[in-house]
Amino acid sequence: MERKSASGKPQVSLLYDRKVRSIAIQTLLCVVILFLVYAAATNAVDNLARAKIASGFGFWNNIAGFDISQTLIEYSSSASTYGQAFWVGLWNTLLVGAIGIVGATVIGFIVGIARLSRNLLVRRAASGYVEIVRNIPLLLQLLFWYNAVLKALPEMSNSLVVVGAYLNNRGLFLPKPAFGDGIGQVLIALAVGIAAAIAWRWFANRRQAATGKRPPVLLVTLVLVFGPAILAFMIMNVQVHFDLPQSGRFNIRGGLEVLPEFAALTFGLVIYTAAFIAEAVRAGISSVSRGQTEAALALGLRPRFILRLVVVPQAMRVIIPPLTNQYLNLVKNSTLAVAIGYPDLVQVFTGTVLNLTGQAVEVVAITMAVYLTISLTTSLLMNWYNARIALVER
Amino acid sequence: MKRAVTTFVLAAMVGLGAAVGASVASAQTLNTVKTRGILNCGSNGTLAGFGLPDAQGNWTGLDADFCRALAAAIFDDPNKVKFVPLTAKDRFTALQSGDVDVLSRNTTWTASRDSSLGLNFGAVTYYDGQGFMVRKALKLNSALELNDAAICVQQGTTTELNLADYFRANKMKLKTVTFASANEALRAYDTGRCDAYTTDASALYAERMRLAKSDDHIVLPEIISKEPLGPAVRQGDDQWFDIVRWTHYAMLTAEELSITKANVDEQLKSTFPDVKRLLGTEGNYGEQFGLTKDWAYRIIKHVGNYAEVFEKNVGQGSPMKIDRGANALWTTKGGLQYAPPIR
Repeated sequence: MERKSASGKPQVSLLYDRKVRSIAIQTLLCVVILFLVYAAATNAVDNLARAKIASGFGFWNNIAGFDISQTLIEYSSSASTYGQAFWVGLWNTLLVGAIGIVGATVIGFIVGIARLSRNLLVRRAASGYVEIVRNIPLLLQLLFWYNAVLKALPEMSNSLVVVGAYLNNRGLFLPKPAFGDGIGQVLIALAVGIAAAIAWRWFANRRQAATGKRPPVLLVTLVLVFGPAILAFMIMNVQVHFDLPQSGRFNIRGGLEVLPEFAALTFGLVIYTAAFIAEAVRAGISSVSRGQTEAALALGLRPRFILRLVVVPQAMRVIIPPLTNQYLNLVKNSTLAVAIGYPDLVQVFTGTVLNLTGQAVEVVAITMAVYLTISLTTSLLMNWYNARIALVER
Repeated sequence: MKRAVTTFVLAAMVGLGAAVGASVASAQTLNTVKTRGILNCGSNGTLAGFGLPDAQGNWTGLDADFCRALAAAIFDDPNKVKFVPLTAKDRFTALQSGDVDVLSRNTTWTASRDSSLGLNFGAVTYYDGQGFMVRKALKLNSALELNDAAICVQQGTTTELNLADYFRANKMKLKTVTFASANEALRAYDTGRCDAYTTDASALYAERMRLAKSDDHIVLPEIISKEPLGPAVRQGDDQWFDIVRWTHYAMLTAEELSITKANVDEQLKSTFPDVKRLLGTEGNYGEQFGLTKDWAYRIIKHVGNYAEVFEKNVGQGSPMKIDRGANALWTTKGGLQYAPPIR
């Protein structure tokens, strides 16, 4: 039997109201999940206490006592804490991730475009690279690069020396420039220059749209970016001093040091990820219909402009989502650093710190949270970019 | 509900690689082992003389034989051992989580491990110390000449900490290159990545034999730390702790009384009270541990006394030819190995 309410809608019992029901079920589910999480947490704490295993985050401020081979921030085995060791590891991970992403993108785009080249040799070489690299496990590749790098490089005593830079099986040591007073002003001038160049580019685009004539961009950009900086450099009379690597009895001290572990890891990740990016790029470009290129040709655009102005912008919409995946993979794969002795977050924190403190739950939880944060941030940035370049439907 | 929750937690923890909830079961390790019918023994797997499977897959070494002795005491069968190879950095988690019943993996007894890791060290089966291996071509005579050197080391070890301490104390600069396993660290040293390789001295001799040209490398004379190695168990199970510790003492006592694998049957007829108490022909010491009267007889019959195990694995009967040194009996040679009396 149905009763009619004032508004004329049929009145149903609350039990059968779809909205009420779904809210009730979801609330119940949330409560159950929260309870499970709570029960799991308290149970873990109980069990840890019963097994007399230390728990909590008190270890964070204890002195670490171990040495780390690559430290981007200040760290010493005698004074630094486990917390500082964590930051050292995190920076090392971020360094590999950032350089790896840039390198893999550049190589990936070049190879991806090369796979569609009209030149047979170029096309085949690119396919060969992709097929070989994609089909060998990354760990093996890293071990190969690491051992190949070490074996191929000369011993300390026969280092290759080129204008103050040393190369041997301990790493690459470059002269490290150190700047005197006034470098701040030079950097400000550089920033102003870059801003001016961007503004000029915007103006040039507007001008072209309005008049059909494009003012010179490349030359003006170069002058705008470097002009003010060089001028400031000369006016301020900035002193440049090079910290040169010095050959010692065992090792080379000073200068800018690139560890073989770092080189092998970054190189391996770049080569591996680039193969996947190349495929994404190829797929993206192939997805742009041939008619677009033909239409551009018919308009009289030169081939290099066709790729840059017509094909790539449309291909990007297809390329970005798989590209995001590859960036995430690269960061996650960098944890394989453990195998070749590069002190990334996993090696330092879930390796040494976990072992010294014995607090597996806390250490692993922190590390997972960090990787989740890095991945989500990367993903967020890429999604934002994707939304920006997506086809605007009118 | 409590049970279901525990299961859930266990599952979650295993997922984290840290099943720490297993302590519930750990109070009765001996019963668990007996019911299971096999002893789970965490050992090294890559270290000659301590824990290393041979070409046939049989585990050899001092640490492996300790687990055999334990199995012999419990089951009267030294082969009822399942060896679990563990890396330095995973070993404690494996013990804490209950994956292994005993950790017999050249592990140094330290205050922090004894307290915050929830472990107990049963006994010291080998007194070791940390040393350095370098290439002969470097013409070094002392570790104090290693200022500025690059040193390969395995992570998650006391070695890693001692190294930093030693260099700091002697005002020397150091470049450590850390690897997850001893194999990788040694390989990096061998390819020339490091000037020196450091670990416990006993292991240095064993690892040197694995290098392509072992004669090109020497071990420096300095011993920079105390490394008492021994089997560890989880805290909270005193019975199991006692069994592990007295297994070692039984082997020491047998050496002291000159009871060997070969003459143990004959010794059953001995009228000497110390021998009778050890072999269980008088008193019931074994039963008080939850074992049988003839527990020590089983150990000696199947595995041998401490001297036999030592000489076979790391001493004169092995390629390493390590002297007893600190590991000699206190009672006869003035060494550090000393067993409390069985009475």
